[in-house]
Amino acid sequence: MYKLRLFKDKFMSKLMLVLTLVSVSVLFVIGVGLYYHSIPILRKLPLSDLLTTSVWKPLKGLFGFYPFIMGTLWVTAISIIIALPLCLLTALYINEYAPARIRKILTPFVNLLSGIPPVIFGVWGVLFIIPLIQDHIAPHFVAFSTGYSVLAGGIVLAVMIFPLIVSIITEVLRTIPQDLRDASLSLGATKWETTRKVILRKALPGIIAALVLAISRAFGETIAVLMVCGNNAAVPHSVFDPGYPLPALIANNYGEMLSIPMYDSALMFAALLLFVIILLFNLISRVILARLERKLAS
Amino acid sequence: MKRRKFEELFFRVLMVLATVFVAGSFFLIVGTIFYKGAPYMNLDMITKTPGGGFYIGKEGGILNAIVGSMYIAGGATILGLLISIPVAIYINMYMNGKTFLANTLRMAFDVLFGIPSIVYGAFGFLIMVYFGLRASLLGGIIAVTLLVIPILVRTLDEVIRTVPFELRDAALSLGATRWEMAKVVLRQIRPGIFTAILLSFGRAIGDVASVLFTAGFSDNIPTSLHEPAATLPLAIFFQLSSPVEEVQGRGYASALVLTIVVLIITVLSEALIKNFFKHKI
Repeated sequence: MYKLRLFKDKFMSKLMLVLTLVSVSVLFVIGVGLYYHSIPILRKLPLSDLLTTSVWKPLKGLFGFYPFIMGTLWVTAISIIIALPLCLLTALYINEYAPARIRKILTPFVNLLSGIPPVIFGVWGVLFIIPLIQDHIAPHFVAFSTGYSVLAGGIVLAVMIFPLIVSIITEVLRTIPQDLRDASLSLGATKWETTRKVILRKALPGIIAALVLAISRAFGETIAVLMVCGNNAAVPHSVFDPGYPLPALIANNYGEMLSIPMYDSALMFAALLLFVIILLFNLISRVILARLERKLAS
Repeated sequence: MKRRKFEELFFRVLMVLATVFVAGSFFLIVGTIFYKGAPYMNLDMITKTPGGGFYIGKEGGILNAIVGSMYIAGGATILGLLISIPVAIYINMYMNGKTFLANTLRMAFDVLFGIPSIVYGAFGFLIMVYFGLRASLLGGIIAVTLLVIPILVRTLDEVIRTVPFELRDAALSLGATRWEMAKVVLRQIRPGIFTAILLSFGRAIGDVASVLFTAGFSDNIPTSLHEPAATLPLAIFFQLSSPVEEVQGRGYASALVLTIVVLIITVLSEALIKNFFKHKI
């Protein structure tokens, strides 16, 4: 009886160890698998060519990723420019200004927004943002726009990353000790001066971490962006131009990728590119956030 | 002095406006979907599979996609739980939870959580090609399982950390093995496990990019793991890209169905989380 219990403990511990190692190693296996499948394209064209040329003609064996990289950057940049100030102000309001009652009402809405699936954001983009840009925004700036543009992608993405940024900055603000606020206020600073000169300065590393995480989320978002940003393989020159981000490229072409030589390899390279960039961004911001949390604990 | 007061007021107004905008975007989205989807909503949509000519505007519904989504999200959540519960227990109870190694593992799962679903989709596709599988229910479940494991592990990890250490110590001091202690803790976190299930199910049911390569699409309800399966988000996507107005409208109605399902799940899990932490100090 005694032996059996110890054996059970040993057995379960080994089993759990294996499961843990297997599930964590998915991270490496994804990287290795994607790299392995990108080798053919990397052999054929040097990395610098792949990243900087803009001709995309799979049938002729020309794979220039530049337009897709620029498409991704445009959409991501627009979304961050829209989302960051709004979310920073919202997080500050929820944490520093709002009375507890309002805070309690607001927090669930942020969570509800984070639960909405990407495809719904896409549908909303098509139904609401596209006509808005086509009829009300674009005519003031350019002669003609269908609405399907990097701006539409950026707006939809911005709303998608609202909950992420708000919740992380809220967490960060919570790690700032109340004493700091009290000290500043007792010296005669107004609430806003305290927020700007004490809280924001103290929270800066966390805000940067939130920003980097948001960028990586925006980078990898597929379907919502695919539905609204036009998918034209050319480098966008204005916010009203269509763009073609990397994730959309992968999603749109998987059907035919096995019938054209090197095509599958090129798409796997696109996935590898996304994977590596997002891996790095995530690691950086997670390390910053973990450090902040540890500082709070000690 | 006046300037300082003005600045205070200015930023206060700005903050309230930003908050109204951020919280309001939720209503804007759900409102838009309801407004456009409701007129096309009818009982056929959720009780019938697509009939012949569904995609040119004739009779039928999206039952195939609803059931397919349930199968994939359900299967992935169950499979994910079988893997994640032991992992969360191992990190917290066998590795003591606070060591450098435990924190590194947590970070690895956080990073996995950040990997976009299109990458999981591409990777899932590679696995299927490697094993010679065709796009099927099984392939979809595998890809989505990979996607939800980090969510489940991190949620369960947080939940386990709320269990007081004294409880574990008490179990151990009575001579229990660590596995027996784990069983005590598991009983404590039952509501937390349910929350994790809902979170993972909600994420799984709404994801498109990971099932795009792996689950295929079919007008029938799959009867075995090797048949392709339709999912709701993909059905929405396909119907929306149709030029026929009636079919587009059904896309909006399908979006409405998905929104309602996901909202119910989110509200349930919110309520559960509140309940779960109510008894904690």
